[in-house]
Amino acid sequence: MLNQQGRGGMWVALCFEFASSWIERKEVFLSNLEMESDCSKNEETCPQLLDLIPQEREWYTKRKDGKIHLSSEEKKLELRLGPPGGDDNWSIKLNAKNNRERDEPVISLGYLSSMNNNGKQAPKFPSPEDHHHPVGSVLSPSWTKTHHHDHQQLTNPPFLQFPSTPHQSLPVTAKESSQSCCTKAVNMNAEEKPFSPTANTVAPPNTSLKRSAPGPVVGWPPIRSFRKNLATSSSSKPASEPPHKAANEKKGAEPSAKFVKINMDGVPIGRKVDLKAYDSYEKLSAAVDELFRGLLAAQRDSCAGGIVKKVEEEKTITGLLDGSGEYTLVYEDNEGDRMLVGDVPWHMFVSTVQRLRVLKSSELSALSLGSSRQGKIPA
Amino acid sequence: MMNYFPDEVLEHVFDFITCHKDRNSVSLVCKSWHRIERYSRRRVFIGNCYSISPERLIARFPGVKSLTLKGKPHFADFNLVPYDWGGFVYPWIKVLAETGIGLEELRLKRMVVSDESLELLSKSFVNFQSLVLVSCDGFSADGLAAIAANCRFLRELDLQENEVDDHRGHWLSCFPESCTSLVSLNFACLKGEVNLGALERLVSRSPNLKSLRLNRSVPLDTLQKLLMRAPQLVDLGIGSYVHDPLSEASNKLKHAIQRCKSIMSLSGFLEVAPRCMSAIYPICGNLTTLNLSYAPGIHGNKLTKLIQHCRKLQRLWILDCIGDKGLGVVASTCKELQELRVFPSDPFGAGNDAVTEEGLVLVSAGCPKLNSLLYFCQQMTNAALITVAKNCPNFIRFRLCILDPVRPDPVTNQPLDEGFGAIVQSCKQLKRLSLSGLLTDQVFLYIGMYAEQLEMLSIAFAADSDKGMLYVLNGCKKLRKLEIRDCPFGNAALLEDVGKYETMRSLWMSSCEVTLGGCKTVAENMPSLNVEIINESGQTVFNLDEGQKVDKMYLYRTLVGHRKDAPESNQTYLKCRGDLTRSDHHEPSLNDMIKDMKLKNISGDDDFIISESNNFKLQSQLFEKEEAEIMILKWKRL
Repeated sequence: MLNQQGRGGMWVALCFEFASSWIERKEVFLSNLEMESDCSKNEETCPQLLDLIPQEREWYTKRKDGKIHLSSEEKKLELRLGPPGGDDNWSIKLNAKNNRERDEPVISLGYLSSMNNNGKQAPKFPSPEDHHHPVGSVLSPSWTKTHHHDHQQLTNPPFLQFPSTPHQSLPVTAKESSQSCCTKAVNMNAEEKPFSPTANTVAPPNTSLKRSAPGPVVGWPPIRSFRKNLATSSSSKPASEPPHKAANEKKGAEPSAKFVKINMDGVPIGRKVDLKAYDSYEKLSAAVDELFRGLLAAQRDSCAGGIVKKVEEEKTITGLLDGSGEYTLVYEDNEGDRMLVGDVPWHMFVSTVQRLRVLKSSELSALSLGSSRQGKIPA
Repeated sequence: MMNYFPDEVLEHVFDFITCHKDRNSVSLVCKSWHRIERYSRRRVFIGNCYSISPERLIARFPGVKSLTLKGKPHFADFNLVPYDWGGFVYPWIKVLAETGIGLEELRLKRMVVSDESLELLSKSFVNFQSLVLVSCDGFSADGLAAIAANCRFLRELDLQENEVDDHRGHWLSCFPESCTSLVSLNFACLKGEVNLGALERLVSRSPNLKSLRLNRSVPLDTLQKLLMRAPQLVDLGIGSYVHDPLSEASNKLKHAIQRCKSIMSLSGFLEVAPRCMSAIYPICGNLTTLNLSYAPGIHGNKLTKLIQHCRKLQRLWILDCIGDKGLGVVASTCKELQELRVFPSDPFGAGNDAVTEEGLVLVSAGCPKLNSLLYFCQQMTNAALITVAKNCPNFIRFRLCILDPVRPDPVTNQPLDEGFGAIVQSCKQLKRLSLSGLLTDQVFLYIGMYAEQLEMLSIAFAADSDKGMLYVLNGCKKLRKLEIRDCPFGNAALLEDVGKYETMRSLWMSSCEVTLGGCKTVAENMPSLNVEIINESGQTVFNLDEGQKVDKMYLYRTLVGHRKDAPESNQTYLKCRGDLTRSDHHEPSLNDMIKDMKLKNISGDDDFIISESNNFKLQSQLFEKEEAEIMILKWKRL
């Protein structure tokens, strides 16, 4: 019966739309079964939304249409549910009751009424003895109700009063008259204490602390770490730079500087060192220590669990050359091989080194030093 | 009159339903549909790996073939979550392997993936085809080698922005000669060298390869050879792009690029010389996706010239060195643009090149199809936001990050409440919103009122009082993820309606006013929530006073209680005093169940978790019918 894709597709649409609207329908149906006492709200008055967006310099009142759950496409399908025999009991009409079923954005003012007026927050959460009541119901009796709202005047929604912008490029509509919008109202749950922003005395004193723009803040701006140093990364330099980058190193040339990349285990961002600035392995080792000591400590800091002290002491990185330290210095030569630093005379090292790496000494035995071509690892 | 459909028919119909939300809805219709859907579901999405266990997943969906798992909270991306927090995939792979599930696809985000897990994965599932790791860590090139070596039918290996320890670069050589099935290979995030010869051979024997993203170590001449061998590519990520435009190598590259007439997505340029971009022009006309966000070297004229060739662009990721003028070029060229992401190139600097509200307004005016935005800028004005809201009412994602977190509108010195209010009021389909700048409680009032479809909200350095959070919790019925940092929200807001959190995936609050006592109260009253506390002030959580504020709180709904793998510094409370089985014994009345259904967002979730919870098992008893009885009187062709 479903040998035609088209019919199958339509059937699917029917089926699935039925399923997705089933949930809403059953809400309607079941609520029709019960007579809630607070059904008697005036469903006729539709609350008016403050239209924050000026259209053609006029203020439109947007009538809140009966928020029908189904899309217009779904309306094209007329479904009737019923037991076999065509009983009409179940016919479901979409009616204005749907307005009510749709939860209006309700601001629970049950909370507000419990707030002290002096602006201090006096959190009232149940003492441990109250635990046998589900917390939700103790604290927010008003949350379950849905109602239409009394209108509450907002004085001069401030956004209207933006001055005409000095930027000519901004195609911004000019100042609106604020009169028409004052008559609009914002939906508020005003069953409890009316919420009037002008009467808002709540201004927790600690707001000012939060407002002061802090120095560099952890996790701000919210970007991944590898994006933080893009601008300063030397890899963005154009190719026209003098060819004494490690990648383009030509043998026999005598450039005035030799910058090679150096990466360290556990530090995601690498550095570059000018090998010509040193004349011995010891000086290189000291330079590596200086370069990475701070970064490593910072890395430990940011990754630390709750037990590590805030100020991490910067540990000196030692024993790079003799295998005695936590880290060991290795390099990659012009044949692509990985070598321990220190075997050959310094000048020979400088002429063949392509890049450096600071590895954890514990990893050293796991590495195969020598040819970088590996066979398969044992399956 | 047909009253019942055989199972096979329904199953065939359900095959057409692929979206997670729809399948979850379908499963709630009646017992029979629930059963059929269960056995026929192949793709499962689990938004929080700690909300359910692998055993229960398999019990519910024994036929699962594709699993998506997410681990750490989103703020882990910004170093706000300790590295040892959790999110281990190994237990999942282990259970799936032991129960003989025929897993074919695994997609992980923000999870810890060890080499052991990758190795176990590679050996346990004969038909395994697709591995996608996004923002994961814990593995090295050894794990990748295991995948390459053992997954005989591998089609997709997609590594996006992971932290990989890859000082041994031989994993590419581990693809056997018999492996010819690759469709997608993305190793752009790897930092180490790769075996170039192996790469070339792999590409040569992969005729189905459509997506290839290289890392920085792949030099230009290799790129050229790869392109010659794979002109059928649809998605290309260039690693290193440094060459002398007058050279022979450059000519060969141009020729190779021109052959790739199918490329629609271009990214990478991890190392780039801007003079060389002209070689790319021939394919720019076909591009729908362009990601230059790793290439600070391209700016000014070079960048705008490039963009001017890209008339079909739908998705653009760029650095803010494009400037407002550059965004003007985007606005006039890219009329099909749907998604724009502008990242900061110098987040801590003065940002002379950075973008302001002007650029955004220009793009909103020129690109009417814009529906997704991530915009890092120096400043923003209410007027601009209102204009953007009017120009682009179709936003689904709107994430604005003003680099100074509490900056007001520089023209009026007002908070940005009205601007964001205009956005939420105009963009009725808005699902994701990130706020920044100076904001008071007022913006949250607007969000609660207007953002009816909002599913994820990120707040930082905003609000004046608990009211802000309450507006959101009360108003946003479809809210699933709420993440808050550095706001004055305390216990009153947290505890106002803890039942709400059962309808959400998770809540994150850090550097707020919530105390240990508040967290304990939530945990003790809501056995369906895990409440985790991360304290970094040096004190372990156990030493804290009830009245002391917690640094970070992460709470999420779960069906499996508190997890056993939390680090010591991170405490999950699940001490329920009183009758633990209280919720099982309580026989809900019809009224209770109706109230429950009204309160909770029951159908709009990707996650099947909520339909697994007890509430829904009870509700489905309402529908005593084994079969849904449908009488179709008429329908119109859609």
